[in-house]
Amino acid sequence: MTMFNKILIANRGEIACRVIKTAQRLGVKTVAVYSDADRDALHTSLADEAIHIGPAPARDSYLCGDKIIAAARQTGAEAIHPGYGFLSENSGFALDCEKAGICFIGPPPAAIDAMGSKSAAKRIMESAGVPLVPGYHDEDQSDDVLAAAAREMGFPVLLKATAGGGGKGMRQVWSDDEFSAALDAARREASSSFGDDRMLVEKYLVGPRHVEIQVFCDSLGNAVYLAERDCSVQRRHQKVIEEAPAPGVDQALRKRMGEAAIAAARAIDYEGAGTVEFLLDSDGVFYFMEMNTRLQVEHPVTEMITGVDLVEWQLRVATGEPLPLEQDAIQITGHAFEARIYAEDPDRDFMPETGSLHHLVPPAESRHVRVDTGVRRGDVVSVHYDPMIAKLITWDESRSSALARLRDALRQYEIAGITTNVEFLYNLSSTDAFAGAELDTGFIERHREQIFHQSDADLSRVLPLAALYSMLAGERKSQIAQQSSADRWSPFGISSNWRLNSVGERVISIEYQGVEYGISITVDSAGAYRLQHAENNWICSGQLDADELTATIDGHRHRVSVAEQDDSYSLYTADFACHFRFPEPDLGVDEDVSVGSDFTAPMNGTIVALLVETGAPVTAGDALLVMEAMKMEQTISAHREGKVTQFLFQPGDLVDGGAPLLKFEVLEEF
Amino acid sequence: MAILDSKINVRSEEFSENVAHMRTQVEDLARTVAELSLGGEEKYRERHVSRGKLLPRERVNGLLDPGTPFLEFSQLAALNVYEDNIPGAGIITGIGRVSGQECVIIANDATVKGGTYYPLTIKKQLRAQTIAEENNLPCVYLVDSGGANLPQQDDVFPDRMHFGRTFFNQANMSAKGIPQIAVVMGSCTAGGAYVPAMADESIIVREQGTIFLGGPPLVKAATGEIVSAEDLGGADVHCRTSGVADHYARNDRHALDLARRAVSRLNRVKQPTLDIAEPIDPRYAADEIYGVVPRDTRQSYDVREVIARVVDDSDFEEFKALYGTTLVCGFARIMGYPVGILGNNGILFSESAQKGAHFIELCAQRKIPLVFLQNITGFMVGRQYEAGGIAKHGAKMVTAVACANVPKFTVLIGGSFGAGNYGMCGRSYDPRFLYMWPNARISVMGGEQAAGVMAQIRRDQLESRGEEWAEADEAAFKQPILDTYDHQGHPYYASARLWDDGVIDPAQTRMVLGLSISATLNREIEETRFGVFRM
Repeated sequence: MTMFNKILIANRGEIACRVIKTAQRLGVKTVAVYSDADRDALHTSLADEAIHIGPAPARDSYLCGDKIIAAARQTGAEAIHPGYGFLSENSGFALDCEKAGICFIGPPPAAIDAMGSKSAAKRIMESAGVPLVPGYHDEDQSDDVLAAAAREMGFPVLLKATAGGGGKGMRQVWSDDEFSAALDAARREASSSFGDDRMLVEKYLVGPRHVEIQVFCDSLGNAVYLAERDCSVQRRHQKVIEEAPAPGVDQALRKRMGEAAIAAARAIDYEGAGTVEFLLDSDGVFYFMEMNTRLQVEHPVTEMITGVDLVEWQLRVATGEPLPLEQDAIQITGHAFEARIYAEDPDRDFMPETGSLHHLVPPAESRHVRVDTGVRRGDVVSVHYDPMIAKLITWDESRSSALARLRDALRQYEIAGITTNVEFLYNLSSTDAFAGAELDTGFIERHREQIFHQSDADLSRVLPLAALYSMLAGERKSQIAQQSSADRWSPFGISSNWRLNSVGERVISIEYQGVEYGISITVDSAGAYRLQHAENNWICSGQLDADELTATIDGHRHRVSVAEQDDSYSLYTADFACHFRFPEPDLGVDEDVSVGSDFTAPMNGTIVALLVETGAPVTAGDALLVMEAMKMEQTISAHREGKVTQFLFQPGDLVDGGAPLLKFEVLEEF
Repeated sequence: MAILDSKINVRSEEFSENVAHMRTQVEDLARTVAELSLGGEEKYRERHVSRGKLLPRERVNGLLDPGTPFLEFSQLAALNVYEDNIPGAGIITGIGRVSGQECVIIANDATVKGGTYYPLTIKKQLRAQTIAEENNLPCVYLVDSGGANLPQQDDVFPDRMHFGRTFFNQANMSAKGIPQIAVVMGSCTAGGAYVPAMADESIIVREQGTIFLGGPPLVKAATGEIVSAEDLGGADVHCRTSGVADHYARNDRHALDLARRAVSRLNRVKQPTLDIAEPIDPRYAADEIYGVVPRDTRQSYDVREVIARVVDDSDFEEFKALYGTTLVCGFARIMGYPVGILGNNGILFSESAQKGAHFIELCAQRKIPLVFLQNITGFMVGRQYEAGGIAKHGAKMVTAVACANVPKFTVLIGGSFGAGNYGMCGRSYDPRFLYMWPNARISVMGGEQAAGVMAQIRRDQLESRGEEWAEADEAAFKQPILDTYDHQGHPYYASARLWDDGVIDPAQTRMVLGLSISATLNREIEETRFGVFRM
């Protein structure tokens, strides 16, 4: 079979763009699908064709298999690439594609199903000889049997309620002596939480690492593994930074894990790209966790060290071609990292952020730096989808130089308008522990203090730059405003805060990390700026050209990239990125000065209709009542959020001008 | 291009002594201004701030476009005039840019005697209004005043140029299309109530601003009614019920924001008709002026050395350079604006007076603003000169100065004595702005001359009676005259009485003139019609 002529990508964002790129390189035409929210998205514009598949929520668009198959039919696409997430591990969809005569670029439906259930998957793996975390899952709940099982697998063990969840009825047991007390406690807790005190015992892995093997199988029965990835650095089961190869995994271990992974894939007659996830404990023993039957988010690190384009392999295998390389030909060169850049606030428990990417300048791509993204400057990160902005991938000969490149690239990543985890990623990748590859799934928790500290730029470096920028930007604005004037050079436009018989002192207000600072600026006779805040003094000069600030502070010259939005601005130096707000002047609180807040009849007239129920919540601007006067309808609206507690008239009633019409209760915010 | 070549040796001892001498005076000026700028006594300022009000200078700064200059007038007003210390006469006036529009700003300082009007407060406000009217500049009044200072009422209320004139001016400026905007940020009592009432648009701050013809004490005295200031004339009364104010402000900052928006709606476009070029800094440092001016005021110096440190690129095209050389005339630019400059290089002779008249006529014809750098002891006297008609030649120059209908700017950079003051556009000749350097002296004649004249008359009297007059006696006779002239001729004395628009740091002359010229360009430059020249 020859290469597809046209494929449809049933996804969005960076992965859709990623697939389109390879397809285009191979001369395969591409069809994108898009929801209302993605009408102008990057993937929609990159593809040769794009089909609208419904409203923004994924369940009404990207998860609608029938719409996607219809789109493929409409455009004559021969195959569908599902990307990751959405329909990628939906065997029903894979089956529907098959039925529709469209190739699903992924494993057969049965393989998806086989791995879909974690317990069933474990049984299959057990019989295929793939190592599993030792455990006791049987019905016999006598103390002796459980203790014996624990002794057999070796301490520490984990006692878990069979019916459990949320950590209830769970106990770590580190030695035989503790076992019986811990079992009693866990049973009591399980009983009271779930009404079921049955226990299972599992080997407790100390500081396990999450290491996964990329496997690839073709339809001719060939299978290879493409080394491993270490995805140990996670926060709440969300991978944060991945790397390949995994530190400390030598050729022998790689081979053992790789062969186990292939055994797993063969056990379910796998085809295409798949990932077998293992837990690797501190003494080099690994256990099967699960298999992902799709292309993984972190696949680029594997591509960077093997030189393989996994999407290309997916397409080739899907057309029935054999795997392009045999196991022996797969070589590992260098080391790669991937950092996932998200619109989220690490300081608020990684709450997803939404908003517009007012400013977005990724680091320049090279053979060392790769940026997989699905957004452009100005795009919106909406509530509807995963808030990932990009994947930043770096490669170099050694782990330490690849890591240095990752840190550099993170420093160069300019994003403003939305809170991101870039600083968090930078802090994480800068820890000694990370440099020392002391990886395990508890990494972030253990190094919390180093990772979650505020920007490492101290105030004495940040403030003068921000003040200088704020002032120069203000000057530029007034200069631009003056350009159009017939008196364009009037000295009244000079922003040096000139005052007669005194030194013009300006105080620039800066809001940084929620605190407002006042920086005093004067110009000395040599034309240099003297900046002062508390006991800090700086002598500065600066120039602002487009988005670049060249600032010399006490003889230290910085080149700073700047991004300004309506109410905030960001500065990016070689060493740090920081974000500021223009402080808002205190203009007082509006206390119901709006007209009509007294709900009186504007003139004599008749009540026409009552528009809301008493007691029903209303928001400011909601129409409450209509009356007619002088043949004109007058609508009385809510001035604030609250509720009508009583209407004083009924429709048809005549009212005098000035008469109160209703009673309103304002919703108190505190 | 005619770049002035400075002959001054900035490394000479003479120069550095001059610098030290001038610097002492400038520093004294800066210190005095800094002290006066604080306003009222600390306890009054604290009380003001504790009420949630901004200090008047904060209000002015908040009104201005951020970082832009404020050309303040008469900072020394009322200095050592009254028994009480009334810094700045209790009012701040000046020109600044608001929403891109140059405006005259008049702000009461309630920390000084409750912002009440002393005679010089009124004079300062009237002067600011005159500046607004002459230059077609919108007025923004930041009102916070208890009205006339009652103990001073006889010098405040009845006369033509007293309190009533400020409202007369508001009405007539409004009639001329010069916007009048009032922001009520405190009391507006009695006559003061007319400031917002007569304004085109007014803004009032809730729980701060009050407007009433009679305050609660007067109401109680007159009718027995007991009412709070807020209920009598607060923002709610005037914005909801009376209609005396138009915009309701929640606090001072909000009021200033509303005022800025009001100015942005004025629909005024500045359309200067001058040939304006991009400004170029002078080739010599501004503060070298300190070393140019001799320590002894009687010693003359070349005014070109000053010009070289004021005009763009130090480029000065002289007119009649070889004729009437005691008056230097020529064309230059200040901050990009073309100007004609007249500067004294000695006593005015017939030739220099005729040259001056010619040059003024030229500039008026071409509608070029005139800058007078005054350092003049007067016209030449003596039989030869009287016979040569110095009076009529002087009259020509005075006529030219009086009638020239272009913006005129005068800076007293040295002496200003006698008819020289007239010929060089003294206050009576309506320069749009008049400033003094701290070294300047102004009087009908020099103290030496006055003492000499009076001593001569005395000696003649004594000698006619056949009496002797010992030299020591003559010296004792002259000293109080010298002292009086010295005291009254001092710029602080002059400025305290509003004989000028301010004493300025000589190094700031270029900026002060640039701002002043810019302000005048809000009004079209009109044709000049000269009076009869005595030929």
